[in-house]
Amino acid sequence: MTRVLIRVPKTVKPGQEFEIKVLISHPMETGYRRDHQGTPIPRDIVKQFRCTLDGEEVFRAEMFPAIAANPYFFFHAVAERGGTLRFEWSDERGTAWRESAALTVE
Amino acid sequence: MTAQFLPRRQFLLRAAGAAGFVLVPGLWRPLGATPAEVKAEIAKLVGEAALRPGLVKLDLPVLVESPNAVGMTVTAGTPPAGTRIQSFHVFAAANPLPNVGHFHFGPRAGRPRVSTHIRLADSQTVTAIAKLSDGSCWSDSVDLLVTLSACLD
Repeated sequence: MTRVLIRVPKTVKPGQEFEIKVLISHPMETGYRRDHQGTPIPRDIVKQFRCTLDGEEVFRAEMFPAIAANPYFFFHAVAERGGTLRFEWSDERGTAWRESAALTVE
Repeated sequence: MTAQFLPRRQFLLRAAGAAGFVLVPGLWRPLGATPAEVKAEIAKLVGEAALRPGLVKLDLPVLVESPNAVGMTVTAGTPPAGTRIQSFHVFAAANPLPNVGHFHFGPRAGRPRVSTHIRLADSQTVTAIAKLSDGSCWSDSVDLLVTLSACLD
C-alpha cells in the first residue's frame, strides 16, 4: 500500500503564497536493476502526480525513472479562499491513489 | 595533422569493452542516452522557438556522493511582462533515459519553483528548461561530478 505524507499549513492568508510538501512512499523501480538471480526487476514507477485546489490545478509532475525512490515534491500555491487540496498520483499500470487536505483561508 | 591512430590506452579499453560485450551479454547494461537523443527530446519540447540561456535557475550539487537521491531545485526569475512560466523540464544526458521530469504550474500555483530528488547515472550535464506561456524557452545547465553510479544497480 502506498503511503503518503503531505504537509500543508493549517491556515493561510488570502492571496499569500504558501508551501506544500509531499512525500509519496514508492520504490520507483527503474527497470534497469536485476535481482540476486540475475532476472531483471520490472519497471514500476509513479508516472503522474497532480495537486489541485477546488478543481484548479496547482502543480503537476510527469515522472521518469530518474526521479528517486519515494518521490518528494516541494512547491508553492496561492489561495484566495478556503477549499480542498486534492492530491492524485498514478503509476504506469493504471493504479491511482488520492489524498486530500482541507485548507482554511483567513 | 594529428595521427589517426587511437592512443594505446583507449584502444585497449575499447577492445576490452567490446570483448566483454560479446562474451557476457547477460551483464550488458543500458548505456547513457546519446547526445542526439537528448537533442531530439529538447527539440521536441522547444519546437521552433529559440532556446535562450537565463531566467531559469537549476540548483544541484556540483559534487554528488549519493546519486540515488540528489536534491534538485528549479526556480525562475521574473518572466517578461505579459507572460507566465508554464513548466519546467529537466534532462540528464548521461542517464539511460534523458528525461528526468516535467513540472507544470497551474493557475493556483505560487512562484514557479519545485524541489525534488533525482537519480544520476554518471557525471554529466543536467539541463533545466523553462517554458513560458508565449512559447519561448529558457535554459540553465549544471556540470556535475558523480562519484558513485545509481540507476543501473
